[in-house]
Amino acid sequence: MTDEEINAEIILDHYRNPHNYGRIENPTSEVTEYNPVCGDTVHMEVVERNGIVEKVSFLGRGCSISQGSASMLTDLVTGKPVEDVMKMSSDDYLKILGLDLGPAREKCALLSLNAIHKALKEEGDQ
Amino acid sequence: MIDGNLIKNDFPILSRKFHGKELVYLDSAATSQKPRSVIDSISDYYENHNANVHRGIYRLSEEGTELYEKSRKNVADFVSADAREIVYVRNTTEGLNLLAYSLGKKLSHGDTVLLTEMEHHSNMVPWQFLRDKGVRIEYVKMKEDFTLDMEDYAEKLKMRPKIVSVTQSSNVVGTINPIKEMVPMAHEVNAAFIVDGAQSVPHMPVSFSGLDCDFLVFSGHKMLGPMGIGCVVGKLEELRAMDPFLGGGDMIREVSYDRATWNDVPYKFEAGTQNVAGSIGLSAAVDYLRNLGMNNVREHELLLIRETSRRMGEIEDLEFFGPADPGIRGGVFSFNLGSVPAFKLERDLKSGNLVVSRGVHPHDVAASLDMHGIAVRSGHHCAMPLMGRMDVAATTRASYYVYNTVEDVNKLFIALNDVKREFAR
Repeated sequence: MTDEEINAEIILDHYRNPHNYGRIENPTSEVTEYNPVCGDTVHMEVVERNGIVEKVSFLGRGCSISQGSASMLTDLVTGKPVEDVMKMSSDDYLKILGLDLGPAREKCALLSLNAIHKALKEEGDQ
Repeated sequence: MIDGNLIKNDFPILSRKFHGKELVYLDSAATSQKPRSVIDSISDYYENHNANVHRGIYRLSEEGTELYEKSRKNVADFVSADAREIVYVRNTTEGLNLLAYSLGKKLSHGDTVLLTEMEHHSNMVPWQFLRDKGVRIEYVKMKEDFTLDMEDYAEKLKMRPKIVSVTQSSNVVGTINPIKEMVPMAHEVNAAFIVDGAQSVPHMPVSFSGLDCDFLVFSGHKMLGPMGIGCVVGKLEELRAMDPFLGGGDMIREVSYDRATWNDVPYKFEAGTQNVAGSIGLSAAVDYLRNLGMNNVREHELLLIRETSRRMGEIEDLEFFGPADPGIRGGVFSFNLGSVPAFKLERDLKSGNLVVSRGVHPHDVAASLDMHGIAVRSGHHCAMPLMGRMDVAATTRASYYVYNTVEDVNKLFIALNDVKREFAR
């Protein structure tokens, strides 16, 4: 198997058995991101305390890329400083996913990253 | 009878391979592939006959003009219209915009335009522009069986709409609408009737004079012709009474610094340099289809649709969107593997329905079929309101044409079984 095939398997595994799927109690913020082109939706809920992302959950519906990458992201950011998460760029996250995606599907892969950035920004704004 | 395998040889692109597999092209509702004769006719035009039409006094320009007008006559014959009734435009979308603009000019506050719930965005959005001047838009309901609610149609005609614009065959669910029955009902209340023929003219015999509609609009690229050429067919007296859509060269009779008068129909709608090469390609496409026979084209697609319906049961949880009766269905197969409802947060949170959805998203279906060399479309098919009406986020659509075979349908179903396994959860 090539690296890309392995990465595709990992995403598919997250899609089949998503981590942190559902809702959390008393989130400090929540955001719903939606891609009008394909209808992919990711709803993220976050508990932030003392500048740390303490808990994250997501709900959603969409293709394996959008849902699998959302699940992966929740693992990745839990326990991380908000600052680090906010610094993670689209390119950074695409590199972590390690998939050869066309421009249309890159949007699917970045839906959850946009959601968490919005959620954490909203939190900071308050 | 049409032999799709023989026909494939006429289409150079169909010998391409993707991911090591022979291309199975099932996206003809989006655009059709082009036979060698169409491609050659366009090359021939540019190699031997290219000059701007209608204005040149020299022989070469006259040749271009002759070919352009010959194409118009050929296309007119194909849909049983008069050549003067054929206005060349870029595509169905431009044609509908032309009609919405020119017919819309005569509408005033409180007038109604009647559409249906199964229209393509291109038969909705241009009419929505008229909302600014207080024009009301109404929609004939689609029933649960994916056919139009004819009682609702009769009821809405009582609002005395000025314009009724309806697709003859849906690009999403494939329903062939009873246009022949609908036109006289609209004329009864003096409404002009527009037929969106984008999905019907390429696939079945369509007679403009036989339907007795006021306008028929279609695209060349969905009927084996090139992109960038399409037609508005309109009754002469209607076209004569309309103002032009685009202003410029060729559409005028006389111009002063203050005003202009219009050229005759159809030229008053053809401003600027036209897509002459496109019209010649379209004419070659019409020759190709006429040679096959439009009844045979329809019969061939019926065969593929029947085979599709027969195979559908093999796949557990397959949701199919379209009329059960192949007799009123175009060569379109819209489906989902499991239910893919739109995500409506409030509804989903309220119902406590927070489990992961079991349905395979159409984008995954299409991406996975691509790995089998099969090209299908996934998404909302330019019909977002219809998706909402059916409560789905998106569907996968396979659409057939003359070069498809029962073997293509077979390949689709074998691949769909693989897709289902791949994304099971």
